[in-house]
Amino acid sequence: MIRFDNVTYVYPTGVKALNGVSVEIGRGELVALMGENGAGKTTFIKHLNGLLKPTNGKVYVDGKDTRTLSVAQLSRVVGIVFQNADDMFFLPTIEEEVAFSLRNLGFSEEVVQKRVDWALKFMELEEYRKRSPFLLSGGEKKRLALAIILAWNPQVIAMDEPTVGQDSAQKEKLKEMIKQLNLQGRTVIISTHDVEFVAELRSRVILMSKGRIVADGRAETILTDGELLSSCSILMPQVAATMSRLADLGFNAKVISVDEAVRNIVEVLRRFEHTRGA
Amino acid sequence: MEIVKIEGLTFTYSGSDTPAISDINLSIEEGEFVLLLGPSGCGKSTLCRCLNGLIPHFYAGKMEGRVIVAGMDVSKTPTYVLSQHVGMVFQNPENQLFSLTVENDVAFALENLGIPRDEIRRRVDFALKAVGIEDLRKRSPFELSGGQQQKVAIASVLALMPKLMVLDEPTSSLDPASAKSIIETILKIRKELGTSIIVAEHRVELLADKVDRVIVMQKGRIIKDGRPREIFVSEEMVPYGIPVPKVVSMAKGVNKYFQVFNEIPLSSEEFEQDIRRFVHDKVR
Repeated sequence: MIRFDNVTYVYPTGVKALNGVSVEIGRGELVALMGENGAGKTTFIKHLNGLLKPTNGKVYVDGKDTRTLSVAQLSRVVGIVFQNADDMFFLPTIEEEVAFSLRNLGFSEEVVQKRVDWALKFMELEEYRKRSPFLLSGGEKKRLALAIILAWNPQVIAMDEPTVGQDSAQKEKLKEMIKQLNLQGRTVIISTHDVEFVAELRSRVILMSKGRIVADGRAETILTDGELLSSCSILMPQVAATMSRLADLGFNAKVISVDEAVRNIVEVLRRFEHTRGA
Repeated sequence: MEIVKIEGLTFTYSGSDTPAISDINLSIEEGEFVLLLGPSGCGKSTLCRCLNGLIPHFYAGKMEGRVIVAGMDVSKTPTYVLSQHVGMVFQNPENQLFSLTVENDVAFALENLGIPRDEIRRRVDFALKAVGIEDLRKRSPFELSGGQQQKVAIASVLALMPKLMVLDEPTSSLDPASAKSIIETILKIRKELGTSIIVAEHRVELLADKVDRVIVMQKGRIIKDGRPREIFVSEEMVPYGIPVPKVVSMAKGVNKYFQVFNEIPLSSEEFEQDIRRFVHDKVR
């Protein structure tokens, strides 16, 4: 679905934000893009809908070179929710915000209304539809930004730092929504340094540092590699960090969920009990 | 002595019909380290703004009740006086920085207060050292990483030698390693200077075993106030959606099978110690 072929991107200021990035993301995949502040995550995401075009190398979306397409064309396939949701709102009511891009994309008024209803319902924003977007809380604004994107049903949804400023209940909701979108067959890409969130998502993790991809694998593999993570200013999730302290006693340091950790601890403690019994 | 004394505080922003915080009664002792928790929109930031006089001096609205900080009635004290007693650090460090060099930024408030040059020099050195950024003093704040910028913001506040520091989600825009480093800086300030600290923060894993007290807010009110172990371990807090360190859930899970933890741990270190002690006793 998405292919980066040796992509380098240099900002006009001379900062090299991507440096030889090659990666493929398949249709229907769920991917967490991780890395320190300034690793190149946001630059990567801006390449998905052509907001940025590679200085060198190629980006393919659905088999097409992004250089040959406009942002408007690419946006039908890839919807991006940026970190600062406020920046995208400008209309008096929430329903108008959602309808705006649908009308721009040329949908009939009947379809627009249907889509608006569906998206607001899915994001649990129906009761606010006549309100100003600026009266929403931070978490609600994020949901509105997502509703706007969902309304035109892009195959790929990318979210830049969706968990920043979200409390634990909102994160829980967000996690469920991401899983649901992914189950419906959409390709979902999030950039984040929230390790606890990714540990719960259990997605594929692409780890970036200083404009390069330094690791690519399952969350349980990457998030339990303390050395690799700390080289990218990321810390292990607390479950893995705790278990790795006890690895010398035979506990499994490669687990990231509370349930797995408890199961393993109980198993190992039983073994100790047997040793003593024998 | 009390550093903060709040009585019957209610504040409604102008243009809103519902109060952002209602009937807050709170007293905090000098030297206490307090973690403020609660879902977004619960009134944490509003409460923080009441402590350094941003409310009522800059935010319009209706205020009832009394806020006494370091012995001064906040609504009757000008903010430049309050700023010497209460330091405030916000979520986004970029909003607080503006000078060409880090040391100018740290010196700015001191210059404004008309403090003598030698004293300014001494305090800037002290603040940069306390935060561990002496090597950055000649750099521009805008070429620094988010974590370094936040440390500059903390140093600027620290240079005023406040008795109370209030930090409103200071790590939320930072990557985990920078967040950890900010929390360590806060701990260092507390340890070396005995500053009273109030911090609103979602990353409880980094703070749960370090703070003296946790205050939980919900819909503008304080709904729980207690020692961290009480708050994080108690089942009654679960429906409020306050974040709980993963080690707490792990320990509770293990305790169903083996009575390893007499006291539920709040950090990886405490968890490790208890497991080792248990294994040691078993094998012997």
